[in-house]
Amino acid sequence: RAYVFGEDVKFGGVFRCTSGLADAFGTHRVFNTPLCEQGLVGFGIGLAAMGNRAIAEIQFGDYIFPAFDQATAKFRYRSGNAFNCGGLTVRSPYGAVGHGGHYHSQSPEAFFCHVPGLKVVIPRNPSQAKGLLLASIRDPNPVIFFEPKWLYRLSVDEVPEGDYMLPLSKAEVIREGTDITLVAWGAQLAVMQQACAEAEKEGISCELIDLRTLIPWDKELVEASVNKTGKLIVSHEAPVTGGFGAEIAATIAERCFLRLEAPIARVCGLDTPFPLVFEPFYMPTANKVSMA
Amino acid sequence: MLDFPGAKAAFTSRMEFISPNAAEAVPCFRILDDLGRALDGSDIPEVDSSLAVKMYHTMVRLQTFDSIFYEAQRQGRISFYLTNIGEEALNVASAAALTKDDVVFPQYREHGVLMWRGFTLDEFANQCFSNEAGHGKGRQMPIHYGSEKLNYFTISSPIATQLPHAVGAAYGLKMDRKNACAVTYFGDGGSSEGDFHAACNFAAVLEAPVLFVCRNNGYAISTPACEQYKGDGIVVRGRGYGMTSIRVDGNDALAVFKAVSAARKLAVEQSKPVLIEAMTYRVGHHSTSDDSTKYRSGEEIAHWRSVRDPVLRFRRWLESNAWWSVEDEKELRGAARKEVISAMNQAEKKNKPPLSELFTDVYDTLPRNLLEQEATLRDTVSKNPPSLAPH
Repeated sequence: RAYVFGEDVKFGGVFRCTSGLADAFGTHRVFNTPLCEQGLVGFGIGLAAMGNRAIAEIQFGDYIFPAFDQATAKFRYRSGNAFNCGGLTVRSPYGAVGHGGHYHSQSPEAFFCHVPGLKVVIPRNPSQAKGLLLASIRDPNPVIFFEPKWLYRLSVDEVPEGDYMLPLSKAEVIREGTDITLVAWGAQLAVMQQACAEAEKEGISCELIDLRTLIPWDKELVEASVNKTGKLIVSHEAPVTGGFGAEIAATIAERCFLRLEAPIARVCGLDTPFPLVFEPFYMPTANKVSMA
Repeated sequence: MLDFPGAKAAFTSRMEFISPNAAEAVPCFRILDDLGRALDGSDIPEVDSSLAVKMYHTMVRLQTFDSIFYEAQRQGRISFYLTNIGEEALNVASAAALTKDDVVFPQYREHGVLMWRGFTLDEFANQCFSNEAGHGKGRQMPIHYGSEKLNYFTISSPIATQLPHAVGAAYGLKMDRKNACAVTYFGDGGSSEGDFHAACNFAAVLEAPVLFVCRNNGYAISTPACEQYKGDGIVVRGRGYGMTSIRVDGNDALAVFKAVSAARKLAVEQSKPVLIEAMTYRVGHHSTSDDSTKYRSGEEIAHWRSVRDPVLRFRRWLESNAWWSVEDEKELRGAARKEVISAMNQAEKKNKPPLSELFTDVYDTLPRNLLEQEATLRDTVSKNPPSLAPH
């Protein structure tokens, strides 16, 4: 009782994410919808409300905004748990890709992190993506799953063939260190790894954390790390003001105030629409992270 | 024939624009005249005395409930209320044409549909008083009813968001091969929302068995229909989506019953959507937050409340069949009033939901951030004067 649908999903999707599915499961289970994000998310809610797994694809995260009203996740709460649309998972590519400009590069995760009842999940590589996506689909709450489009072609990984899930709301330490904590998600982790490698040459031991689920997020793991290191940098492509880094910074400042040895830094996108020719200057590059 | 992928149409050498409106408006189907008499040539649907009387009972109970609870809000006993006055026949007759397996996605002025299905006066009252027994655990404003048991999805205030939900649900019913359809209600105002367009198009393209029932009651709060659309209402849009449609006199219970029955059959048997534009009139104010005399005349309201009352019109038809009498009327009105007042008094006395329900159901289980926030809140409440404690 699972369905996969969205714009151009039938032939395989503009990023080939759904290739072969229509052939394997039939066009009543894997199908195109008309070009309408509010319609397709609303449709998904209705399908999910009847107990199905509705896996909707929004072609680019940049186009998710018409669906925002539908995605505000009060279905269970307002019905006193008589109804829910937990079977809904909305997948969407997000993030910079080198040539995307304003409307093929955005990172809209912060808007959704402000919606009680939603979960927001972002994988950093293919094997993480599989486990997190399966967990998201099976999670009894609506989940927005942002896929870093930069990694669709670039990321190469050994992905186990069987069925496996990775836990939601659990961050992961992907590089252990003692001098400073760095938190990021999705494609930005590759940038952070680079910065960590650079820092190591100068004798700075970095602990790098992949948040993986942005809401509800794993405050305990980040707190434990900062209690060890005393310093924190958060980094994301989305504009710095009101970005999700602000939530992390505020929470850690609250919890680790007496332990912090330096102000929490955020190395993020600029407060501008995502520019085309200026992309290299806009992005939170490894240089900027290193300097921080 | 020109065979573009977008359309296969014959060509023409004459440049002829299609005019914005047809020469005549789409006719409106009715069976009873304004005095409740069957029109010549009418094909009366199969409504026997027990069904007709049950329908009438529900309409009267709805009218009574609306009148008493509206007053209750005025007296400060509940915070908000919204009536169905003028649309009782549309509510009840459409509901009577459906089965209990058909899933309803309402807007908010369809309490009669829920009442028909079996939502009790106590259940209505409990929700309005936001008590611990009420649907929704006191989280939403009054009249935001719902019932899983009765296949009536919980009302939410934003307009037309339920329309695409109904399409998704209908698609699910089709795939599960159920003998059921989805039915969604909305007003003339709701038809302007993007979700209306989205839902109609999806329903037609994806072949979903859903009924779109537009209660065209002439007003969206203060905005009259002439400021809502320039075409011939909502029915003409059906063809734009490749969807079967009909315009019906929403104040004629028999016509509504017949049209919805036929539409349902088409939807379920052919897995196709149907658009029903039911013409009616919103006799009451938009809600207790509105005073409609500010934008329409008292005479207009009085005319529709009296001469065009759909409940009275149906009653006259019942009387003409000798299925109803003046004594029956007096008895029913008295009994309904008593029952509603009793339900109200009971509901008012019940406790409000416990504080824990502020935090539950945001997710399926409480995440850590909510556990922390609940602990903090309880701590705050315990240290503060009783006036801050929940009731």
